[in-house]
Amino acid sequence: MESNQYLDIFIDESKENLQVVNDQLLNLEKDSTNLSIVDEIFRAAHTLKGMAATMGYEDLSDLTHKMENVLDGIRQEELSVTTDVMDVLLDSVEYLEDMITDISEGGSGAKEVEEIVSKLKTIESGEAVAEASSVETVNEPTSNNSFSIDQFERTVLQQAESDGQSIYQIRVALTEDCLLKVARVYMVFEVLEQNGEVIKSVPTVDELENEAFDQVFELILVSSEPAQDLQAKILKVSEVSQVDVEPFSLDSKEVEEDVEGEVAATIQTPESSSDTKEDSVESKKAVGNKTIRVNIDRLDALMNLFEEMVIDRGRLEQISDELDHNDLKGTVERISRISGDLQNIILTMRMVPIDQVFNRFPRMVRQLTRDLGKKIDMQIEGAETELDRTVIDEIGDPLVHLIRNAVDHGIETPDQRLETGKNEEGKLLLKAFHSGNHVFVQIKDDGKGINQDKVLAKAIENGVITQEQSTSLTSKQINELILESGFSTAQEVSDISGRGVGLDVVKSTIESLGGSIEIESELGQGTTFTIQLPLTLSIISVMLVVIENETYAIPLSSIIETAVIKKSEIMKAHNKEVIDFRGNIVPLVDLKEVFEVPSDHEVEDEFYSVVVVRKGDQMAGLVVDSFIGQQEIVLKGLGNYLSNIFAISGATILGNGEVALIVDSNALIK
Amino acid sequence: MSEVVQNEKVIVFQLKDEEYGVPIEHVGSIERIQEITRVPRAPRFVKGVMNLRGVITPIIDLRERFDLEQTAYTESTRIIIVTIGDKNVGMIVDAANDVVDVPQNQVEPSPEVVGSVNADYIRGVAKIDQRLLVLLNLDKVLTEEEFDHLSTVES
Repeated sequence: MESNQYLDIFIDESKENLQVVNDQLLNLEKDSTNLSIVDEIFRAAHTLKGMAATMGYEDLSDLTHKMENVLDGIRQEELSVTTDVMDVLLDSVEYLEDMITDISEGGSGAKEVEEIVSKLKTIESGEAVAEASSVETVNEPTSNNSFSIDQFERTVLQQAESDGQSIYQIRVALTEDCLLKVARVYMVFEVLEQNGEVIKSVPTVDELENEAFDQVFELILVSSEPAQDLQAKILKVSEVSQVDVEPFSLDSKEVEEDVEGEVAATIQTPESSSDTKEDSVESKKAVGNKTIRVNIDRLDALMNLFEEMVIDRGRLEQISDELDHNDLKGTVERISRISGDLQNIILTMRMVPIDQVFNRFPRMVRQLTRDLGKKIDMQIEGAETELDRTVIDEIGDPLVHLIRNAVDHGIETPDQRLETGKNEEGKLLLKAFHSGNHVFVQIKDDGKGINQDKVLAKAIENGVITQEQSTSLTSKQINELILESGFSTAQEVSDISGRGVGLDVVKSTIESLGGSIEIESELGQGTTFTIQLPLTLSIISVMLVVIENETYAIPLSSIIETAVIKKSEIMKAHNKEVIDFRGNIVPLVDLKEVFEVPSDHEVEDEFYSVVVVRKGDQMAGLVVDSFIGQQEIVLKGLGNYLSNIFAISGATILGNGEVALIVDSNALIK
Repeated sequence: MSEVVQNEKVIVFQLKDEEYGVPIEHVGSIERIQEITRVPRAPRFVKGVMNLRGVITPIIDLRERFDLEQTAYTESTRIIIVTIGDKNVGMIVDAANDVVDVPQNQVEPSPEVVGSVNADYIRGVAKIDQRLLVLLNLDKVLTEEEFDHLSTVES
């Protein structure tokens, strides 16, 4: 089927549209009188429906259609935005999401939608029945086959005209033998949307989608392009036989509008509404960024090719040094510079805003608060902060966990809050920002904070720490106990955050990303989780070290210091070799032993080269043969085949084309 | 017998004095031997990883995998890069020099040999002219169970 090649685009765009619907629904709930939001939702839902119908996903388009009806009711102010209505709408969004996920996984997108459809219907009819007459009039213009313009369209047209854009009436005729009329219509619309904005079509978009027309359709377009250009562009679409583009005059249609008495009555009150329309027109323009979609695989391929080039560049540099030829040297230097710039561009191409992760949280929090009977005002800051794609993919689950935790354990019920003199509504802040070479993500609540006594008692009870240890812990360390395995401070296990996995999973995920997590908490005032993440996982700074004939890379982010120590400085404690490093007792780990490096000679050095690494507050000294130096390297996986190698987090390709393994120092610290 | 005989194209390679075949659609490329970086604590037959045009590719030594005696690599030693599912792996073989069509009706199930513990990586044996080709079940050559099995045997 030919539509396969559009499937990716369909999925991407559907997700985008659904996200818009989702976001705007949540906005609508906060600001239920702002009808421009409804328009926004309506537009997105409509596009979604159109695309689903074209691609043949009936259930998807059906459900979207029912949603649209409800939205239309809201837009016409026949329905009020109640929590119940929002619940059903958001549920529908969830259904739609499931369907699209199903489609993207190769499914048919079919799903049992009866229940939710009937709910939507009840809402739609429940109130619409009372105002049946007005529903009638709403539907009327659609059956009217001339260009009658309603108030909304009129304002948009006026606005466009005053912006110096032209309004065209376009008549498109398809060839007699055209098979996929819908597809052609879609393509024509696509062309037009690129060059302007389609205000209205006859037959309506719905009818066009259902092939409920013969060979001809007409539409009104606002565009700044000249008429003949538009005509030429539309004619490029295959199976279009004839295109007439004529200027469209607003005044000439005034008489017709007057015929539609009801609408005309409101036509002279555009003051307030034109303002909101202006907003929506402008926001549309802002959306029109020049971007293209690129498959992430292609970017990865680009990156791979580029890395190969970097390796060859290294060789070139070496050769030009040996030959000592001036022109060659100059050229090689230039290539080096250019490829450096190229590297920056390729890396930034892989950056995506963290919004991709954040955008699903508002709905989740809303659902949680409803389930738990809490009141929470969730704020998101810095959603535009960019992170490498690989980090984004991994960070979602830990954040879900922390947010659930904050909602469930952190923020109190409204009653409790009132008792303690707090605002009934809890605050939850999700914030992302750049700092240095890192990105920070904070989750901040104004809940009850961490009860350190309870944490200590629980930690001792569960054997996380001993009684003696408990006395020497700092308050920060006590807070961080909740990140240890086997910990849950909830009195009873709820299905929100007590899912058998504790916050320790969060901690280990973040650490595996090369990040760290910190907790600040004040009893009764709230808790802040701060996650520190590397900007990118694909390029990191490492220290290259040598063990026998093998080269290993240790991430700079975990290194505190390198040192050369005399053998006599090594002490024994519990049969382990330790050193005194600036007042701390640091255990030594001999990498030669850990990595079972084959060694053909047994030379006892008088000096040890030690790389002191840390994981949180703990340290260890890794013993190596020698240091090569610091280098920026491209992090690569070992492939799916070798996924669980102890203390190796990946590999990289060195300048000479050889592979060096990257040491996961976290695994070496107990 | 039906007129249409299903043919399967296989890449033929040598190990010791036997010839083996892998389906051509699994083979990505055939490479000369190059620098391989040892991966510590990997299964015994995993030689390490190699830089295959910018992609880190694990390399297994088929001689070691099939418990044949080790020899030094020669001019004819090759690495066959195969793709199975989402895994890319290189297999070191003594030589790879032929592509043959194997008619499906020439494939016989592998002979039952006493004590052939690992025989499940052999899909069958094909007789073409006077040659015997051992057809491999690549999944089984690489699978994790095999991994676990071997590593437990080892330790």
